[in-house]
Amino acid sequence: MRKNHRTYLIICFVIAGLTIGFSDPKDAPTELNLSTSDTRYAELTPEKAFDLMMEVLTHKRCVNCHPADDYPRQGEDSHIHNFGVQRGPDNHGVAALKCQTCHQDENNNYSGVPGAPEWSLAPRKMAWQGLTRVEIARSMLNPDNNGGRTLEETVHHLTEHELVLWAWEPGVDANGKPREKPPVPKAEYIKAVKAWAEGGAPIPEQ
Amino acid sequence: MKISFNINGQPQSLDIDGNTPLLWVVRDILDLKGTKFGCGKAACGACTLHVDGEAVRACSYAVKYANDKRITTIEGLSNGDELHPVQQAWMEEIVPQCGYCQPGFMMATAALLEQIPNPTDEDIDNNIVNVCRCATYYRMRKAIHRAASIQSQNTKTQTS
Repeated sequence: MRKNHRTYLIICFVIAGLTIGFSDPKDAPTELNLSTSDTRYAELTPEKAFDLMMEVLTHKRCVNCHPADDYPRQGEDSHIHNFGVQRGPDNHGVAALKCQTCHQDENNNYSGVPGAPEWSLAPRKMAWQGLTRVEIARSMLNPDNNGGRTLEETVHHLTEHELVLWAWEPGVDANGKPREKPPVPKAEYIKAVKAWAEGGAPIPEQ
Repeated sequence: MKISFNINGQPQSLDIDGNTPLLWVVRDILDLKGTKFGCGKAACGACTLHVDGEAVRACSYAVKYANDKRITTIEGLSNGDELHPVQQAWMEEIVPQCGYCQPGFMMATAALLEQIPNPTDEDIDNNIVNVCRCATYYRMRKAIHRAASIQSQNTKTQTS
């Protein structure tokens, strides 16, 4: 009995070893593998860079806080934020219900409340909801809309502001489910924004 | 990590995991049970307290952010034996039914009256969004207006 038991264990270990040995770590999707193997990120012309950049900027992680009205959106379906929260006089909510009543500088994975420094709505002039990608880009480059930023300052904001980069670390919701990230990896997005700007920030007709 | 803050006028210093929700610090470590757990996801407002005078939902506020801040819970709303106008109004209008949500509502109201001393019904609708399952909302509205009136009278008495 003991000999059969030992034989059985040896066979199990051999099978386990073969399974692990023949598994291919490259099968596990990683951001790095996506970026190195995806041909979309090769040969980055300013026009291609624009496409990649706008894939991110039209994503719900960005547009949810760039509403056209006074109500943030939330969730994967971009419904109007629960509890009646609203823009308020300075984009940070109203007197007893500010954004910071619930949102802090980091995601809170216990409550499912997302967080990042300066959590607030983008000003009304930076509304993106309902705009095409071309309209968003034109608005972004318009100093009347973008807070008087130069192209360089806009690039800095898009590639370095913690609230913008939060989109790639959006935390989990109240049910513990991870929020969807933008469809372009962060490193590739940053390269695309810079390539687009360095190429003269072209905006296509459509 | 070591975190120090002032709570209800008393200095406090703790060695604690900085990501502990302030709600649990207040209730379990400091034994202040007035602030309630309702949902744990910042949806109901039962955990509302003040951080530097602003309304904050403590279930979603990591205690590390409380460092060097001034915290006020429902226990600290009164000034010694002198009731806060919100507490006085809540009693006059007999607002609570089961009472569970009331501390959160009162703290939210106190924060509102700090910034809007004479709120309209629309101000109340926009700012006081906590949840009450006993539906005492209509008495709360009356109490908020009453609290604003008491506060205004107190201010006039102090300045005269």
